Amino acid sequence: MIWNSKYETMPRGELEALQLERLKAQLSRVYEKVPFYRHAFQQQGMTPDSIRTLADMSKIPFTTKQDFRDNYPFGLLTVPLEQVCRIHASSGTTGKPVVAPYTANDLRMWTEVMARTLTCAGVTKDDVMQNAYGYGLFTGGLGFHYGGERVGAAVIPTSTGNTKRQLMLIQDVGTTVITCTPSYTLILAEAAAEIGMDLRLTKLRLGVCGAEPWSEQMRAEIEAKLPIKAMDIYGLTEVVGPGVSVECPHRCGMHIFEDHFLPEVVDPQTGAPLPLGQKGELVLTTLTKEALPVIRFRTRDIASLSSEPCQCGRTLVRMTKVTGRTDDMLKIRGVNVFPSQIESILLQVEGVEPHYMIIVDRERHLDDLEIWIEVSEAVFSDEMRKMEALQKKVKDEVEATLGIGVRIKLVEPRSIARTEGKAKRVMDRREL
Amino acid sequence: MTPRAERRQTMKIKQVSVFVENKPGRLVEMLEVLRGQKMNIRALCISEGSDFGIVRMILSDPGKGAEAIRKAGFTATETTVLHSEMPDEPGGLLETVAKPLAEAGINLEYFYAFINPAPGKANIVLKVSDPDRAEQVLRR
Repeated sequence: MIWNSKYETMPRGELEALQLERLKAQLSRVYEKVPFYRHAFQQQGMTPDSIRTLADMSKIPFTTKQDFRDNYPFGLLTVPLEQVCRIHASSGTTGKPVVAPYTANDLRMWTEVMARTLTCAGVTKDDVMQNAYGYGLFTGGLGFHYGGERVGAAVIPTSTGNTKRQLMLIQDVGTTVITCTPSYTLILAEAAAEIGMDLRLTKLRLGVCGAEPWSEQMRAEIEAKLPIKAMDIYGLTEVVGPGVSVECPHRCGMHIFEDHFLPEVVDPQTGAPLPLGQKGELVLTTLTKEALPVIRFRTRDIASLSSEPCQCGRTLVRMTKVTGRTDDMLKIRGVNVFPSQIESILLQVEGVEPHYMIIVDRERHLDDLEIWIEVSEAVFSDEMRKMEALQKKVKDEVEATLGIGVRIKLVEPRSIARTEGKAKRVMDRREL
Repeated sequence: MTPRAERRQTMKIKQVSVFVENKPGRLVEMLEVLRGQKMNIRALCISEGSDFGIVRMILSDPGKGAEAIRKAGFTATETTVLHSEMPDEPGGLLETVAKPLAEAGINLEYFYAFINPAPGKANIVLKVSDPDRAEQVLRR
């Protein structure tokens, strides 16, 4: 199903003309209204008029998370505060949060892209959608909420937490769609098993999961433990929240709603644009946002783009699953390591659950990598020899992939903290 | 001296094996679960790795014991092991268990032995590569 055929299946030529027109208007606005952008453009010796084609994009300076911090809270705002209707903020785990104001038009646009997102993932007006993303400052809760209502689904605003109540509602209200982080689906499955509830006997059929990177192996795990198809979505506070891109039932990447968000992929080190299909850092420009437009935002998410036609009929470019973060990237003994790489390796070992923790420490000036893995019944043996063989197998696989030494520690189930928001997988204890 | 050839009691029993991290207090927690169930531990052996141990126990009610331990958040399995009697005398283990199994080509994964309240007898719990054949061999 397609929510807005006009834009989602627009011929490429027409779409690109629309993008260029919107980009030019957006650039003129930020140049005029935001000293930060005017400054940045002037330093490059350019004006909005220097952009004649979409290929000229690469001349425009980047915007980074640091720029948001430096201009906290309203330095990047392009409208007077009285035109702002809502303000969200990121979690701000690394300092001041990113403040995201929306005008009435921004909220309409957001609801539109969320309606497209949910429709694309398979949600219809007949669904009962339990929204277990956090309601509040976080964009997930309200973003999904209004998108769900727009589609006409019956939205249950459970927000995060209270897992037992979530399960009760799934059972009693007949929830068909759960929207939450991928790791929370596994928490639900675990909690259901604990109270002897068979999720297969519920009406649950679909999960729309995002807000944290997850691997294909984790998806297989989720789909084995819950009776759902788990669909990946992508979005970020700086750009709009959820609603930037989503998978269609063909699951060959996430369609980016390009009439609103212009994607590029660049080399994370040099910033040079990379051709389609090449993996690098995703850079996004908003084309229609009013309150907080963002120009060439460095998302720090690693992905690649594809413009191959999709069977679903959408002409929109697709991005791969986010395979890592440039800032999640751990540099261990000089080697770039993404937690997602480690996750893929772990989940390929039969019976290993996606509950793990990566610990990086520094002893005598040498980085030390340790991975904790919870021992489930599927991998537990009464024979020490077999347990040691499991440890060695994981160790060998990780070392073969990363090329650095690792210690594997087997830990009891549930000794790694479960989180209801973004899962914390890495503990970097190095003091540099 | 060769022990008398007599039919010794050998049977398959359930052993409860539990994964326990090497952390102070973890064993206490597990034992408290068992006490709470009024569960008697008939035999116990711990195999220790660097970060964790495998606690193997013969319980008065293995099914109930394993379930209670699992409920308390531990990883536990029930394994079939052999329980056999042997004479409590020099050479008893050698002549009645180790040699016959070796001669039959059966590999011992692990075993633990303990005294039997009946005079002149000792008990052994074994995990072997081929429990069916080992049972026959030890009954001879």
